[in-house]
Amino acid sequence: MSSALLDARSLVKNFGGLTAVANVSVHFDQNELVGLIGPNGAGKTTLFNLLTGETPVSSGSISLATDRGVQTLNGQSPAQIAQAGISRTFQNIRLFKDLTVLDNVRIAMTNHYREGFFTSILRLPKYYRTEREMTAAAQRLLAIFDLTAVAQQPAKNLPYGTQRRLEIVRALATKPKLLFLDEPAAGMNPEETADLTRLIRQIQHDFHITVVLIEHDMSLVMDVCERLYVLEHGGLLATGTPAEIQQNPAVIKAYLGGD
Amino acid sequence: MNLSARVKSNLAWLGVMVGGFVIIDGLEVARLINPFIENMLVTIGINVILAVGLNLIIGFAGQFSLGHAGFMAIGAYATGIMTQTMSTPVGFFLSMGVGMVLAMVAAVIVGIPTLRLRGDYLAIATMGAAEIIRILINNLKITNGAAGLFNIPALVSWATVYVLMCLTTLVTVNFIHSRGGRAVMAVREDELAAGAMGINTTRWKLAAFVFGAATAAIGGSLHAAYIQTIAPDDFNIMASIAILIIVVLGGVGSITGTFVAAIVLSVLDTILQNFGTIRMIIYSLALILIMIFKPTGLLGSWEFSFKRWFTRREVTSHE
Repeated sequence: MSSALLDARSLVKNFGGLTAVANVSVHFDQNELVGLIGPNGAGKTTLFNLLTGETPVSSGSISLATDRGVQTLNGQSPAQIAQAGISRTFQNIRLFKDLTVLDNVRIAMTNHYREGFFTSILRLPKYYRTEREMTAAAQRLLAIFDLTAVAQQPAKNLPYGTQRRLEIVRALATKPKLLFLDEPAAGMNPEETADLTRLIRQIQHDFHITVVLIEHDMSLVMDVCERLYVLEHGGLLATGTPAEIQQNPAVIKAYLGGD
Repeated sequence: MNLSARVKSNLAWLGVMVGGFVIIDGLEVARLINPFIENMLVTIGINVILAVGLNLIIGFAGQFSLGHAGFMAIGAYATGIMTQTMSTPVGFFLSMGVGMVLAMVAAVIVGIPTLRLRGDYLAIATMGAAEIIRILINNLKITNGAAGLFNIPALVSWATVYVLMCLTTLVTVNFIHSRGGRAVMAVREDELAAGAMGINTTRWKLAAFVFGAATAAIGGSLHAAYIQTIAPDDFNIMASIAILIIVVLGGVGSITGTFVAAIVLSVLDTILQNFGTIRMIIYSLALILIMIFKPTGLLGSWEFSFKRWFTRREVTSHE
């Protein structure tokens, strides 16, 4: 599995006496679209939080293939992991609500357009140049995802579906290699879900990144994902292509509700 | 002339700053400003410096600090002590620089453990830190203990205060409109999401805190050199709250609001001095009324912007 982009082995997370994630090993390859499914409380979001450094692992190892070789992510802060190339969205939308759509995206670009402290407080020419380049890059990204018209609006004024889209755009602005989407279709109507499906495919195709999504909408998962991981009670139940998973008796019993 | 909105806006701000200076200078020359009014103007200037720095911490970084007077005290005592032996303008600016550096060091020491706390807890921790600074000053020999320092050389005129007020505000506003300012606001909006976007939240919170402490030290230095007398009690919790009131009244997250509130409160304070004890009642009543009818402060987070004004005019003239 040395070609994997992200390789997580034997991850365990205990919250007091509760084992939320028990000995789970997953790997995500380059430019892959992977789904993570499982009943409520199966440990999907906890697994995301472990992989993005939000919650420290109890044991296990996480390593990411970067330009500078394989990097161990254990013990790194979420910011360091984000800088290494992992970005995410949240189950409950977490935008910078009072800031404009443009600023939401520009904030995510912070680490790619650096200007020194004195350059910015003295407004040297480099400040204007960096700001201009950054704003142009942000606007290009907004244009791709049809958000140009609302660029100057505070994020909180956007409709729900658009907020979800902005959160994905913001995550992309960090230039990730790996993008985690935590229930991107939650609360969306069928039409919005169809748009989202197109959007996810477009991201994988145009940005050449690996996308991993947690989702309850089975039609979306079976439609876009190339490979699935099924979690139950914190453990890995099955893995395979959507077709294989649909045939897997253990999955049918545990998750799809068959006898 | 077909200048861009950016250049026009920069020129307009320069005009406002120079214009303000010329007007006050003209009034001084015409002897229309008595020492009483000049004192009020200087108080406004110092309060703006202090409140702009605190607004960066509270309004933009979202960290509720109640220890601003502590950092102000460091600046004031640096100037009070150093200008005893170096009684020149150079000595004053040197002492201000030393005060700023000391305040920044103190802010790092205070900030690293306390900025993990949120809301009320952070307020109490920073208040405690400021009290520690005050009590240290109260018990040290070099600061002359509880009696404080007097006969500090008068090295500061209203003009020094005015120029430093402009510079501090300019630097703060430039910081807010930069990468750092946006990072700091992201931390205020949602710390978890900011971290997930690759922003080192601890570092930027600390940066805002240290920046604010440095401006507080400037305010303290000016205070010491203008008033010429300082005592530890000038920098107690009430002094921190007085600065906080300016920030909250003007609008948390609005530098324009800070200016308006600093002016309104200083003028109100000066006028009400003739009313004796009733002054505190009117003052508090005004605050209560504003908190009831405009809880976000006078201006909320609204900012006056020449750039927006010019851009809008360009757009309408094209139509």
